Amino acid sequence: MTGKPAVLTSVEIEEITAEMSHYADKAAVSIEALKIVQKYRRWVSDECLVAVAELLGISPAQLEGVATFYNLIYRQPVGRSVIHYCNSVSCWMLGAEQVRERLCRHLNVEPGEMSADGEYTVLPIVCLGACDHAPVVLVGGQLRLDVTDDTVDEMLGR
Amino acid sequence: MATIEIDGVQYQVEAGESLLPVCLALGFDLTYFCWHPALGSVGACRQCAVIHYHDPEDQKGRLVMACMTPVADGMRLSIEAEQAREFRRDNIELLMINHPHDCPVCEEGGECHLQDMTLMSGHTTRRYRGRKRTHKNQYLGPFINHEMNRCIACYRCVRFYGDYAGGKDLQVFGMHNNVYFGRFEDGVLENEFSGNLVEVCPTGVFTDRTFSAHYARKWDLQTAPSVCAHCGLGCNTAPGERYGELRRVINRYNGEVNGYFLCDRGRFGYGFVNSPDRILKPRMHDRMDITPEAAQQQLCDWLADRAIGIGSPRASLEANFALRSRVGEENFFLGLGDNEQSLLEAIVEILRHGGIRSPSLREVEQADAVLILGEDVTHSAPRLALSLRQSVRNAAFERARSLNIAPWLDKPVREQQIDHRSPLFIASVCATRLDDAAADTYRGSPEDIARLGFAIAHDLDPGAPEPAGLNDDARALAVAIADCLRQARRPLVVAGTASASHAVIEAAYNVAKALPAKDRQLTFTVPECNSLGLAMMGGRRLRQAFEAVRDAGRVIILENDLYRRAPAWEVDAFLQAAGRVAVIDCLSSKTAEKAALLLPAATFAETDGTLVNNEGRAQRYFQVYPAPEPVRGSWQWLSAGMDNLSFDALTAACAEAFPALTAITQAAPGAGFTVDGMKIPRQPRRYSGRTAMEAHINISEPQRPVDPETPFTFSMEGAAADVPAALEPIIWAPGWNSNQAVNKFQDGIGGHLRGGDYGIRLIEASGALDWFNAIPDAFKPVKSQWRIILLPHIFGSEELSLRSPPLAERSPSPLAMLNPSDASALAVQAGDSVEISCFSGGPIVVLPVSIEPSLPAGLLGITAGRQETQRFRQSEPATLKKALGEVPS
Ligand code: SF4
Ligand code: SF4
Ligand code: FES
Ligand code: FES
Repeated sequence: MTGKPAVLTSVEIEEITAEMSHYADKAAVSIEALKIVQKYRRWVSDECLVAVAELLGISPAQLEGVATFYNLIYRQPVGRSVIHYCNSVSCWMLGAEQVRERLCRHLNVEPGEMSADGEYTVLPIVCLGACDHAPVVLVGGQLRLDVTDDTVDEMLGR
Repeated sequence: MATIEIDGVQYQVEAGESLLPVCLALGFDLTYFCWHPALGSVGACRQCAVIHYHDPEDQKGRLVMACMTPVADGMRLSIEAEQAREFRRDNIELLMINHPHDCPVCEEGGECHLQDMTLMSGHTTRRYRGRKRTHKNQYLGPFINHEMNRCIACYRCVRFYGDYAGGKDLQVFGMHNNVYFGRFEDGVLENEFSGNLVEVCPTGVFTDRTFSAHYARKWDLQTAPSVCAHCGLGCNTAPGERYGELRRVINRYNGEVNGYFLCDRGRFGYGFVNSPDRILKPRMHDRMDITPEAAQQQLCDWLADRAIGIGSPRASLEANFALRSRVGEENFFLGLGDNEQSLLEAIVEILRHGGIRSPSLREVEQADAVLILGEDVTHSAPRLALSLRQSVRNAAFERARSLNIAPWLDKPVREQQIDHRSPLFIASVCATRLDDAAADTYRGSPEDIARLGFAIAHDLDPGAPEPAGLNDDARALAVAIADCLRQARRPLVVAGTASASHAVIEAAYNVAKALPAKDRQLTFTVPECNSLGLAMMGGRRLRQAFEAVRDAGRVIILENDLYRRAPAWEVDAFLQAAGRVAVIDCLSSKTAEKAALLLPAATFAETDGTLVNNEGRAQRYFQVYPAPEPVRGSWQWLSAGMDNLSFDALTAACAEAFPALTAITQAAPGAGFTVDGMKIPRQPRRYSGRTAMEAHINISEPQRPVDPETPFTFSMEGAAADVPAALEPIIWAPGWNSNQAVNKFQDGIGGHLRGGDYGIRLIEASGALDWFNAIPDAFKPVKSQWRIILLPHIFGSEELSLRSPPLAERSPSPLAMLNPSDASALAVQAGDSVEISCFSGGPIVVLPVSIEPSLPAGLLGITAGRQETQRFRQSEPATLKKALGEVPS
C-alpha cells in the first residue's frame, strides 16, 4: 500500500515474518506477533494491531479476539513493570485481597491503572500454578512467592 | 436403530445421533442455548443436562449434556429427574446473572428463546443482588441493533457468522465472565447474511434495526406464508404486518430451499412496500386521479382493442397468464432484455431436456465438488452462496466419519476442515465473495470462462468438443478441475444469467453432461423471482414488441420498467409509437411516468401469486394483509371481465394452458382448503387491540375483511391445530414463542417439514441434449477499447429492494472497474472518473473508477442494475477517457 505511514518497524516485521516461516498458516503466528510488538512497545496499540492483522492476512477482529483472550497481551499502555497478583482460589483464600490492597494503596491506583510516574501497572491474573506458595505475584516475568506486606513494600522499593 | 428409555418410556430412535435433537424430535421440552440444528453441538452452555443411568440398577445416574451425548442402544435417561431439573434451573440462573431483565423494552420479547427456556427450566425468581457487568454497544450498520448487556455468552452468533457464513468482522473478545461479541470497532457488519443473527441469537443482543423503526410484538403481527421477491432462489419468508404497513420479514423454514437462513437482501429489502413511491391510485397521464371503476373500464376497453401485452419476470404466473389470455398469445411479449430472454430459454431447455438434475439448496449443500462458471454467486443468488460454502465441508464430514467422529460434533469436525475441504472452483471475471472458500480460482472474460468449461468437459469426456488454442495455464487448470470433478460422487456445476453469456451456460451443460457420477447436478441462477416461470411460459421478445407496436392500438405493461430491459432510446421510441400505454405496477418508475393509464398493483405482501424459482419449484405467496383500496393484484385488474375468475381458477387455467406448468395447482392448497372446516388464521391468538385498532375512525369494530381467494383469514379465529406445517403462518408452539418452535413442525430436527416442504418441483431430469459445439474464441483486448461487464451487487442491483432505504444505504455507488494496467494507461487513479462512450451510441456516461487487480485487462466492470448504468449492455465495446473537471486530490 502506498502513502500509508508504516506502523510497524522493519525489525518487528522481520521478526514476525521469521516466525511465519515456521507455520503452514500465517494466522498461527498471532500470539507470537503480538508478543514481538509488545517486546518493543510494552503494549499493543490499535494501529499496531491492525498492522499485524494485515501482515498475517486476518481481520483485525480475529486478531483482537486473540489479543483480548490472553492476559499477558496488553491492549492499553502499561507501566515499565506490570505487577500481576494472582486472585484465583488458593491465593484468594490466603490473602490476595490484602496484596492487591497494599499494591494499590502504595501506587495510588486501581487494578488496571498505571501509577502516575509510569513505573507500574497492577493487574489481576489467574492461577499461576504456584498455589503451594500462595499468595503469588508475577512481576517482570518473575514469580514472587508467599507474598507478605513486606514483600510488597520491598518490591515497590518502599 | 436404538431403543432408549426416557423417564421410564421406551423409544425407537436413530443410534449415533445427538441426544438433544432426538429428545426434541420426540416432543420433549428440553432446554438448550448453544446448540443449533444448523450449527451442531459444542457443549458450551450446559443447559441441556439430563441424567444418564449407568445400567438398569443405577438409581443415581450422572448428569450429561444431551447435545454432546450420542444415542446408544439401551440407554436409560431422565429429563424429569429432580437433579437434572435443578441443574438446568441453576444453570440458567447463572447464565442470567448479568442479564438486564429488560424484556418490556427488549425487541426480542415475546419471541425470545431465553424467555422460553427460562420459563421451561423453572427459574422464575431472580435472586442475584450484585452488580452486573455492562457493555458499550456498537453501531453495526442499518440492519442490526446491538445490545450486548443481554448476552448470555452462548457463542451462537460467532459460530454462525464466522464458521457458517464465513464472516470475518464479528468476533468474541475477552475471556471468562467478561466476553464481548462485536466488531473490532463500530461499523457495518460486512457479511451478506448478517440478518440471520437476529434469529440465531437466542436473546435480544442482535435485533432487526429496520423493524425497530416500526416495531410490534410478534403476537401483534399478521402473517401469511410468502416467498422472497428479490432474486430467483425463492427463499420462503414470513412477512409481518400491522396497521396496513409491512413491518418486517423473517425466515420461514423450508427444508429443501432456504432452511433456517435468508440473505440480507431478502430480509431487509421489504421497505419498498411502504415506500412513498408506491402507486396508490389509478391515474391518467401521471396527473389526473380517476376512480377505480373508470380505470378498470378503461383497461378492459384497451385490452379489447388490438392491445399488446408486456409481461414481467417479477410478476406472478397468474398475472402474466391473465395478461397473455387477454391480449392473446401472439400479442404477449415477455418483457425481458433480449439477451436475458435467450439465456433463460437456453436454461429452460437444458433443465427440461438436458437430463441433469437441478438441485434444491439442500442438495447443493451435499455436493462434494463444485464448479462455478462465470458468477459471483453472493451477488447474483445470495442464499446459494451460503449453501455452496457448506458444500466445502463435506470432505471434513467424510474424514470425521472415518475417524468415528459424529458429524454433529461441531468443533472436531471443523478441525478436520483445515486439511479436508471438498473442492470448490470459481471461474469468474474478477474476485468473488466466495473466493476464501475456493480451492482454486480462474479469472477471465466470459469467453475465456466458457473455454475453460469446454476444456474441462473435454477432459472428462473426449466426446465433448475441445477448445482450440487454450493456453497452458488454462489447460492445466482444466485438467486439475476435471480430475477433482471426476472423483466426486455428487459433483455440481453452477452457472447462470449473471455472466450474460450463452457460451458459459452451454459450457456448464457440457461439463455436467460429461461428469461420470450418477448424482451429478447442474444449477442455474436466474435474476428475478419469476424469471424461470416466465421463461417456462414462453412468449415473444420485447424487441418484437417494439416492431409490432405500429399495428397495435394499445400497450399494456405489467409490473415492468422497460428502461431496465432495453436501451432508453428504443424504449422511448416504443412508448411514443404506442401512443396509449397502460402500466400496472406497484412503484413509480420511468416507464410508469409515461403511462396514459396507470393502475396501482399490489406487492407480494398484498396479493397472491405463484412463482417458479431457479430450481424449477413452484411456490405460492399468500396475501399477508389487504391492499389499501383501490390497490389490487395485477391479476385482478387483468382478469376482471374474464367472467370474474377466481385466483384458483386462474392458476388452474394457467396450469392447463402450459404442460410444463401442470403441477402449479399443487404448489399450495386452494381457497377451499380448510382444517376441521375452518380457515387458517393469519393473526396469532394473542393478537391485541383488534377492537380498538380502528376506533379513531369508527368505534364499532369493523367486520373483518373477507378473503375468498385463499385458505387464510384476516383474523385470529380459525383452525388452531393440525394446520399443515408448510402452511403455518406463524411458527409457534406452547412454551416455544421464538422461531425455534419450528422444531415442533419438522420430521426429524432440521429435516423436512412434517407433511412435506413448501412448493412443488415442476422439472425432473429427463432426456439428453447433444454437446454444445459453439466454442467462442479467446478474448483478445483491443487497444483503446474495453468490453463492458455488468456486475450485479447484492444491495445495488435488484429493482425492488433498492427502493428500501436501509438497503439503499448499503448499496455501493455505481463504479467503473479497471485493471491497474488499463488505469495507468488512461492515467486514472481510484477516485478519478472516466467518460464511457459505447460503440452502440447513446450519451456518454461518467463514472468514478475503482482499480480491481483481479479484473483482466481490456474489461470494464460496471455495477449492474443502477439508473446510472442502465444504458450499458453486457459485452458491449466502449472507449474510455479520463473525465476532466475535477482535479484529483
Ligand atoms: S450475542 Fe447472542 S448469540 Fe452471541 S453469545 Fe450472546 S446471547 Fe449468544
Ligand atoms: S437469496 Fe434471493 S430469494 Fe433468498 S432471501 Fe436472498 S434475495 Fe431472497
Ligand atoms: S491460585 Fe494463585 S497460584 Fe494458584
Ligand atoms: S445446548 Fe447442550 S451444552 Fe449448550
